[in-house]
Amino acid sequence: MSRTSLFLPLGLFLLMAFMLWRGFALNDPHELPSALLNQPLPDFQKTRLADGAPVARQDLLGTPFLLNVWATWCPTCKAEHAELNRIAARYAVPLVGVNYKDDGPAARAWLARYGDPYRLSVVDEDGSLGIELGVYGAPETFIVDGDGIIRYKRVGAVDRRVWEEEIRPVLQNLGLPLEEPRA
Amino acid sequence: MNRNLLKALLGAVLLAFSAASFAAIDTYAFETAAEEARYKALIDELRCPKCLNTNLSGSDSPISADLRRTVATMVQAGKGDEEIRGYLLARYGDFILYRPRVMPATYVLWFGPALLFLLALAFVARLVLRQRQAEAPAPLSPEEQAALARLSQAVGENSKA
Repeated sequence: MSRTSLFLPLGLFLLMAFMLWRGFALNDPHELPSALLNQPLPDFQKTRLADGAPVARQDLLGTPFLLNVWATWCPTCKAEHAELNRIAARYAVPLVGVNYKDDGPAARAWLARYGDPYRLSVVDEDGSLGIELGVYGAPETFIVDGDGIIRYKRVGAVDRRVWEEEIRPVLQNLGLPLEEPRA
Repeated sequence: MNRNLLKALLGAVLLAFSAASFAAIDTYAFETAAEEARYKALIDELRCPKCLNTNLSGSDSPISADLRRTVATMVQAGKGDEEIRGYLLARYGDFILYRPRVMPATYVLWFGPALLFLLALAFVARLVLRQRQAEAPAPLSPEEQAALARLSQAVGENSKA
C-alpha cells in the first residue's frame, strides 16, 4: 500500500464532516422554498367575509399589497394580529386577508374583537384557494405586486423584525412610499 | 344484563379508538379499479407538506385531507399522473415529491450510490487480482527446468531399483 493511500480515511472523514455540517446547518427543515415565487397570483372567484359580495383576483390588483392567510383556529394568527394592525394603521400598504377554512360568524366576531387590519377578507371555506396558493399552514403572508405577481412568501407569523427586514424592503422596491410612517 | 351493558361499552370504546388508528379513511368513488389504484399510488408517493416524514395517505393533518381530495378529484377528471404531480409541484415545490426529480441538484442523490458501488467494486477487484498474483508461482527459468528434469529422472530411476 502506498503512503498516499494512507490519507484516504482522513479524506473520507473530512467529506462526511462537511456533509453533516451542511445538513445540520439547515436550521428549519420545515422551511419550504416557495414554488410560487415570481408566479402570478392564482385566479379565484370567492366572496367577501364582511358582506358575502363576490370578489375575484382582478378586484385585488392595481397596487402592491399584502395577502395574509389567517383563521380563528390558528394561534399563531392571533400572535401576529397586533403587528398586522400596527402595519395597517401606520403604513400605506393594503392588506388583504384570506380567511382560510374557517367559520364565517366566528371570523367576523374575531375581527370585531381584535381589530380588522384588512381592506377585505376573502372567504376560502373549503381551502381550495389555499391549495392554489400552496398554503400548508396558517399564517402565511404573500407580497403581490400591482400586476398580480407573487414577490415574496412567508410561512409563519409576521413580527416587527420580519416586517422591517423582509417585507418592508420588498414593498419599497415595488414602489410603495413606506419611508415615513403615516401620522 | 350488566354483562351486556359492559360489552356494549367496551365495543363503543374500541370503536372510538379504531377511527384514530386509520389516518386516511376517506373514500372516494372511482369509476374503474385502475383509477382507484392510481389514486392510491399517488397518495402513497406524495408527501404531506405539513409533516416532515409522512405521505399523504398516512397523514391525519387537514391539509393532507384536502390534498387527497384534490388528487381524487383530478384522477376522477381523467388527469394523468404526471399532470397531477406537476400541479402539486407547481404549488408546493419539490418537497411534495417523495421521489425526487432527476436534475443537477439531485445527481448526487440519484447516481451517488451507483458510483460508490462501482468504486467499491473496482477496489475489491484490485485487491483480489493482487492476491492472485502473489499466490501464483512464478514460471520456472530454463535452468530450473533443467534441474527439475534431472531430479524427476533421478527419482524415476530410484523407484525402479
